[in-house]
Amino acid sequence: MPIDIFLNVAVGGILAGLVYGLMALGLSVIFGVVRIVNFAHGEMMAMAMYLSLLAFGLFGIDPLLMILPCAIILFAFGYVLQRTLINRFITRPEHSQFLLMVAIAIIITNVQLIVFGPDARSVQTPYSFDSYQFGRLIVDADKLYGAIAALIVAAALFAFFRFTKIGTAIRACADNYTGAQVVGLNVKRLYALTFGLGCACVGASGAILMISTDVTPQFGPVATLQAFVIVITGGMGSMVGALLGGVLIGLTAAMAGLLFTPSIKAMFVYGILVLVLLFRPQGIIGKKTL
Amino acid sequence: MIGWLISGLPRRALILGAILLVVAVIAPALVGDYLLTVLILILYFAYTGQAWNIMMGFAGQLSLGHALFVGLGAYTTATLFVYYGIPPWLGLFAAVAVSMACGALMGFLAFRFRVAGVYFTILTIAFAEFARTGFDNWGYVNGSAGLFLPVAQYTQNDLWRLRGQPAMFYYVLLAATIVVFIGSRIILKSRLGYYCLAIREDEQAARASGVNTFRYKMYAVMISAGMTSFAGMFYAFYYNNLFPEQIFNISRSIEIILAPLVGGVGTLGGPILGAFVLEGLAEGLNVLLNAVGIDIPGIKQVFFGFVLLLVVILLPEGIWPWVARRLGLTERR
Repeated sequence: MPIDIFLNVAVGGILAGLVYGLMALGLSVIFGVVRIVNFAHGEMMAMAMYLSLLAFGLFGIDPLLMILPCAIILFAFGYVLQRTLINRFITRPEHSQFLLMVAIAIIITNVQLIVFGPDARSVQTPYSFDSYQFGRLIVDADKLYGAIAALIVAAALFAFFRFTKIGTAIRACADNYTGAQVVGLNVKRLYALTFGLGCACVGASGAILMISTDVTPQFGPVATLQAFVIVITGGMGSMVGALLGGVLIGLTAAMAGLLFTPSIKAMFVYGILVLVLLFRPQGIIGKKTL
Repeated sequence: MIGWLISGLPRRALILGAILLVVAVIAPALVGDYLLTVLILILYFAYTGQAWNIMMGFAGQLSLGHALFVGLGAYTTATLFVYYGIPPWLGLFAAVAVSMACGALMGFLAFRFRVAGVYFTILTIAFAEFARTGFDNWGYVNGSAGLFLPVAQYTQNDLWRLRGQPAMFYYVLLAATIVVFIGSRIILKSRLGYYCLAIREDEQAARASGVNTFRYKMYAVMISAGMTSFAGMFYAFYYNNLFPEQIFNISRSIEIILAPLVGGVGTLGGPILGAFVLEGLAEGLNVLLNAVGIDIPGIKQVFFGFVLLLVVILLPEGIWPWVARRLGLTERR
């Protein structure tokens, strides 16, 4: 096989990995602050994908323009969910929290099945088949746009946590729960805000993903597992780690698909997960919280 | 032995158990074909739930990958039967060995490398998903095209080769459920059970008091895995077809844990009561939906999602402890 093919597939994998990284970023932010593992993460992403699909079908809006609306809607969804349900589970044992999220995930997936049916749906954008050529490298336009959009959203989130007052307050909550309460921060509200922000990430990534991927109700659980793999690989609670993990997993999946058969991709991805869990459970980037 | 097993149980519980047993034994003569399949499903979930319960309910290790052991049991017995004509009861030895080995590997890696809590759960999912894609691409077992057992119209029940009518499968599963129930009771009353409970409640404290937590967690995982693989054999010979995409799917793993969760994690009555309640609700819902004339895929699952949600919120300990208190079935201490 010529080296060009490897290069092209590798770049494609990295670009796709960035979008998955953004999705996983949401999971990581939620875990890093609220200490809840959002087992309905991929299902929420499927929600955003269906929202973009609807917007495209009804009004012909490009999914990339749906990034902000999806992020806002999912933010509201996450905020309300945290306030009404998840907040009571903060002090419950881990498996109890896990089951709550599993129940929510089951409901979301099957409501999607009822509303949209089991068939795969996709969006045809004008640039679906375009590509750019850089020397010998050929890049699909939709993947390139998606990766750029993902990086912009991730950068905005970084900036928010770094430079705004609320962002700093959230980081304080993650660092020291009691301390945050002592200095008078409204921890409950900040938790809900964080959960909403994590969901906004997943909303944005869902809209982005819609330009290059089919959506089915079954996509949700698969994406949840993928988000877990990425976050654990990169390091739970680390923002850079999530993006790095996304790139690594995207690259691995693309290369495994090229060297073996595409259907065997998942085996390599889970193989990496098992190895990371065993030898570097804190992930590539350590266990720093945000 | 029997005296030791039932010691501490109030008389009411024993009488109720005996009545249940008699009803279960004569049930196939009383109910129609359709209801019999429902009863088989109830027993199936009671059985797998009880097997899962040993790992989560007793030793506190949350597995969301039990479909792995069902799948391994199913594929081992089915390939041995289809390719070599080895009867399932002999194949079961191989199936239990394979599942226990796999459980041991998983447990060893997890507990040696201190993978705990949510991470352990994700590891169990990863193992099951790994197996799913692996079997999907494994030509020997026909990959994603699926493995089929020869089906014919059986006039006679061949218990040794597990070919026959639903009533036979019902009794096989009933016997297995009773065995796993009594087995769990034995575990709970033995040193193994007490150690497991100690680990579940506080692992650090258990280790500090001299319990070899690694060893007892390994035992719990292996026993649970081996028991679950029997359910795999049953699945293979009852349904006669196997697809990796279905049998290793994470939704199978979630189905397995629903009955003990709704019934009560860590209790003996929980998985059985939970299976009854859930299947009863499902059938009731079926009847209702048929009567109204609604046939939408997914609506049942939404309903189950809400049931799970309500149980997790309102009855975190499950229904059984509540029922047992009401009926005066709780054990004297």
